[in-house]
Amino acid sequence: MIDASQISPEKRIEHWKKTTRLMWTLMFWWFVFSFGVHFFAVQLNGISFFGFPLGFYMAAQGSLIAFVVLCFWNARSQNRLDEEYGVAED
Amino acid sequence: MATNGIAIGGGGKGGFVANLGKIYGGYAGGFIGFTLLLAVLEQMGLPNKIIGYSFMFLTIAVYAYIGYLSRTMELSEYYVAGRVVPAFYNGMATGADWMSAASFISMAGGLYLGGYGGLGYVLGWTGGYVLVAVLLAPYLRKFGQFTVPDFLGVRYEGNTARFIGVVVLFSASFTYIVAQTYGIGIITSRFLGIPFEIAIFAGLLGILVCSMLGGMRAVTWTQVAQYIILIIAYLTPVVWLSTKLYGIPIPELTYGFALTQIAEFEAQLGIVKPHAAAFVDAAGQFSWTEFNNFWALVLCLMVGTASLPHILMRYFTTPNVREARLSVAWSIFFIFLLYFTAPAYAAFAKLEIYSNVIGQPIANLPAWVQNWSQVGGLLTITDANADGILQLKEFVINQDIIVLSMPEIAGLPYVISGLVAAGGLAAALSTADGLLLAIANALSHDVYYKMINPKASTARRLIVARVLLVGVALLAAAVAGTRPSGIIQMVAWAFSLAAAGLFAPLVLGIWWKRTSSTGAIVGMLAGFGVCLYYLIATRYFDMPLWFGIRNISSALFGLPVAFIVTWLVSLVTRAPSSQMQEFVDSIRTPRGQVAWAGAAHE
Repeated sequence: MIDASQISPEKRIEHWKKTTRLMWTLMFWWFVFSFGVHFFAVQLNGISFFGFPLGFYMAAQGSLIAFVVLCFWNARSQNRLDEEYGVAED
Repeated sequence: MATNGIAIGGGGKGGFVANLGKIYGGYAGGFIGFTLLLAVLEQMGLPNKIIGYSFMFLTIAVYAYIGYLSRTMELSEYYVAGRVVPAFYNGMATGADWMSAASFISMAGGLYLGGYGGLGYVLGWTGGYVLVAVLLAPYLRKFGQFTVPDFLGVRYEGNTARFIGVVVLFSASFTYIVAQTYGIGIITSRFLGIPFEIAIFAGLLGILVCSMLGGMRAVTWTQVAQYIILIIAYLTPVVWLSTKLYGIPIPELTYGFALTQIAEFEAQLGIVKPHAAAFVDAAGQFSWTEFNNFWALVLCLMVGTASLPHILMRYFTTPNVREARLSVAWSIFFIFLLYFTAPAYAAFAKLEIYSNVIGQPIANLPAWVQNWSQVGGLLTITDANADGILQLKEFVINQDIIVLSMPEIAGLPYVISGLVAAGGLAAALSTADGLLLAIANALSHDVYYKMINPKASTARRLIVARVLLVGVALLAAAVAGTRPSGIIQMVAWAFSLAAAGLFAPLVLGIWWKRTSSTGAIVGMLAGFGVCLYYLIATRYFDMPLWFGIRNISSALFGLPVAFIVTWLVSLVTRAPSSQMQEFVDSIRTPRGQVAWAGAAHE
């Protein structure tokens, strides 16, 4: 196993900066789909979508699909980021 | 250690991990074949009782067999399944770990009764995985020890933080496991026709055979098997019904049509609270109290998800950090499959009841209504105005019936009812096992080994772990046997307690280096204390609600208190040492070793 000290401090700091930025991006979308959209559920319910009132649809399916996508997005982007900075596992 | 584990392949099971696809594929095929065989036998006159028994005994026998094959005398196998579980399978195991009897049996019924309001649970019990994936799982995996309190003990330098972690873990997980044991008792007694008190202890054996010999390793591989059964059982009846009603076997798509029809019936029947209306009170009017309680509940359930140790510890079992991240994504995918189907159950059941039950002569009600009205108290029909026609007000339904009666509503043979019971049992057993292991491991590893007897030998630690496992299981069964009232309420409390006590120290410990040990300890006590105070004072001492927020969401107050207190106290106490800063750096970086003296020990 490679010792952590072989990674240069600058790279490490830069890697964590980018990781933090990705974290805030994902937290923003998490907030939008957990709360933001549903604050307007009453208004959205006025729109019909395949027979579903849209506000209902977002809470029953739309946001759930978004959560699944966010988790796969996180795994993909963070793994790429780790490789880019040479901090991924062997 | 991790590479070593793969080479040994978890004690001579290298072939097993390499062939998981074949093994579980064959298992799923075998289970479907068994169901079809019983379906044929049913047509040839096999009695229902035998079908119910066959499902119960076959599935429990399979779990016991897996539990027996996974027996181990190695610590890392017992505590973290040798860290060889691939992301995909850990996702399934987490799905089973997560979805309990409440998700499987009661949630669709809650949506039937609550309409839009019930969707708070659907959202809250899925979105938390985004928090797990982004904020916690990869870092806890890198840390690479055995339990969640382990992290607190190392990051906050000492047994005080570890012990408070164990207390929060115990108070959140124990109420939860009592509810699961209760659920197992109900299912077993209904389908085997034995008294509840005996059924609980039969269920207890079911829990122990999955976990006692092999700890986390056994629980992992049985949970994968249990997930496969529970998802087949959940989807079959509703897919069938969707095909029958609309010709498309995708209920998640077709129940939109059912919602449209329901809205028409609601107008006809003069129902003031429509199914899909958001944030309305009983009179159908928009209410700010409902609005605030909705988002408060969603927040508490999500943060609670990300704080419950039996879920977090599943991500200790993957081979590396990369797999841990991917495994959270698979977890939410497998959970999503059930959760986005649950509202379809509710909609189809409601449509059936509005179109074929309400307004019909009581003498000609569908067969499923007549069958269930004979089982005590689950479905009651009273012809209050004695006109022989069933009115909406004369019809009362228990929320557990929606899933259990769906096979009959869809006109399916009894074999599917047996399948659904096996699915409910799988859901309850798998969650109970995950919780049991989380509690017993915290007691054996954190309290016994780390605090009482650090010199204990491996053999002794494994014996203590098993004795505590049986002890906690017996205690849970004994408490469940008293049929405690309000148990469902208490389960929802578990989320708030975990959220208020554990989320802030875990997240800040990773993301804010300045978090000091004193800050974290005081913050945990303050957050957990406020949450507990609000729960107890509002439930037992009639304290008026703060801002109208129901006590199910009491972490809404505990959570910010935990963060603010940790932050303030950290700023006025000494910053963590440079070694501690290095430790935090090392868990933030997937590559390299963890910078901590104890890291190599396990």
